[in-house]
Amino acid sequence: METAEILNLLQTKFPQAVKSTSTSFGLDVVEIEKDYLLPVMEFLKGKPQYYAMLLDLTCVDYLGEEPRFEMVYHLFSLSSNRRLRVKARVSEKDLRIASLTPLWKNANWLEREVYDLFGVEFVGHPDMRRIFMYDGFEGHPLRKDYPLRLRQPRIKFRK
Amino acid sequence: MATRIEREARPESMLLNMGPSHPAMHGTIRIMLELDGERILNSEVEVGYLHRGFEKTCEHRTYFNLLPYTDRLNYVSPLINNLGYVMTVEKMLGVEVPRRAQLIRVLMSELSRISDHLTCLAAMAMECGAFTVFLYKIKAREFIWDVVERTTGARMTTSYIRIGGVKADLHPDYQSALEKAIKETRGVLKDVHGLLDKNKIFLNRTRDIAVIKPEEAINFGWTGPCLRSTGVYYDVRKAHPYLVYDELAFEVPLGERGDNFDRYMVRMLEMEQSLRIIEQVMAELPASPPELMAEGIEPAEAIKQSRRKRVEKPIKLSPNLEGTEKRVYPEIMANAPGYVPPPKEDVYTSIEGLISHFKFFMKGHGIRPPKGEVYFAVEGGNGELGYYIVSDGTDKPYRLHLRAPCFHIVSALEFLIKGHMVADVIPTFGSLNMIGGELDR
Repeated sequence: METAEILNLLQTKFPQAVKSTSTSFGLDVVEIEKDYLLPVMEFLKGKPQYYAMLLDLTCVDYLGEEPRFEMVYHLFSLSSNRRLRVKARVSEKDLRIASLTPLWKNANWLEREVYDLFGVEFVGHPDMRRIFMYDGFEGHPLRKDYPLRLRQPRIKFRK
Repeated sequence: MATRIEREARPESMLLNMGPSHPAMHGTIRIMLELDGERILNSEVEVGYLHRGFEKTCEHRTYFNLLPYTDRLNYVSPLINNLGYVMTVEKMLGVEVPRRAQLIRVLMSELSRISDHLTCLAAMAMECGAFTVFLYKIKAREFIWDVVERTTGARMTTSYIRIGGVKADLHPDYQSALEKAIKETRGVLKDVHGLLDKNKIFLNRTRDIAVIKPEEAINFGWTGPCLRSTGVYYDVRKAHPYLVYDELAFEVPLGERGDNFDRYMVRMLEMEQSLRIIEQVMAELPASPPELMAEGIEPAEAIKQSRRKRVEKPIKLSPNLEGTEKRVYPEIMANAPGYVPPPKEDVYTSIEGLISHFKFFMKGHGIRPPKGEVYFAVEGGNGELGYYIVSDGTDKPYRLHLRAPCFHIVSALEFLIKGHMVADVIPTFGSLNMIGGELDR
């Protein structure tokens, strides 16, 4: 099945979910409402679309725009050798999005990374903790309003 | 704050810390084990000891300036990291790279792949007690790095592959060094096959240990040799060919069981395929590379002359590292003014060259890709090395994200070692080839 067909099917199946579809540098992009993330991903992962692999998961901070954060998912289908980008906007006021851990196991660490660096919370994540920064670190370093050279006090030894 | 395993551990079991500073933990990573005797009931992997804020730093550097940071990601195969970043930006700019530069890029990335696999397997074998293998492999790696060093001037932090091409042409005598490296590596591979393939101690520690099924590996987002060891045919060089890989003949070795031994074997066989690629590329690159020093007047004399009138004669400059030679420039750098720095001869001797030099390096000028987002991936030593760049039209990336293959692979470590012995952690961890710089970014 061609990607265009899959996206059409997605649009008919979830009419409220799909906001727009486009191509960017040869890669198909679909923008969805964040509330529908989990069913849409489940649909894309299942047969016959079979985007079996979650290649990448990250976030972009568009400071000054509303909604401010954009979650970016890259899916890969081994059977048809295609990549797909799924994007969903998350507002700063309600900084939560569904976790993909029920579908993909690597989402666990990837979502912890986004939580650590951007502060997006993932609903349904089994172990929502920082992954790179230490406990006691304040703020989320990859946000645009976090200064590049901000120093934080050293943490005390653990008892 | 208590870690997860401290909260969840049974009161009668023992907690053991492996790392962050442990000889077998390449780089720094901490594995906390919950043990019943020697059996691992549960574990928790803690990463982030090498987090340097690569992505944050890149947002504050120009596209040209952030290249050296990519060397420090996977520091055993820096040239592939350069390549991945550079090709992502080129995809945004739409730059066409000359064929000679493409061939040099393939040559360099395959040399890096071999050095990556050699380092991984050397460490893995040493930790299993095969110290001879370690020495042999490190010896072979030295010969490979000789080739890299001659051309790029550095062993690890190369910054050699540039947007639009490569920094300098190959060393005039690269072929003899490369032939030696190929011969030595082949010899070492043969020796290592002999030493390890049927070695009872090695087999006992690797065969059927930390087995992963193909579906599980895909679910964890594994790519590269680790995924191929489970029998899944996926190689970015074959699936999404870049550079001249579609014209080269090479095979993708696959494993069957997805255990430690298969991961070792796939890497061994891949190195042989990489050597095959290198030989094909070497045959196509001109047998007599350009002379090291071009005929012409001395650079100092040329600058002196240029104060009075335009210099017409060619200038004596090395195509190799000390400067650029205009004559070989079209072969190693794309003809894309504004995206590649102008040749040094022009910069020092003509006003137009100086202007284009300033236009390239000045703040707010230089490389400014169009607005948009791009994802591009190359086959790194560990698997799919992808860059996701968001451009807002300025000279700095708005967001740069690295898809580190290692991150996905190490996230499966807890799953892999569950139920095995403490001693099995070492070969399992070794076979995954965790690289701190890439994992923690």
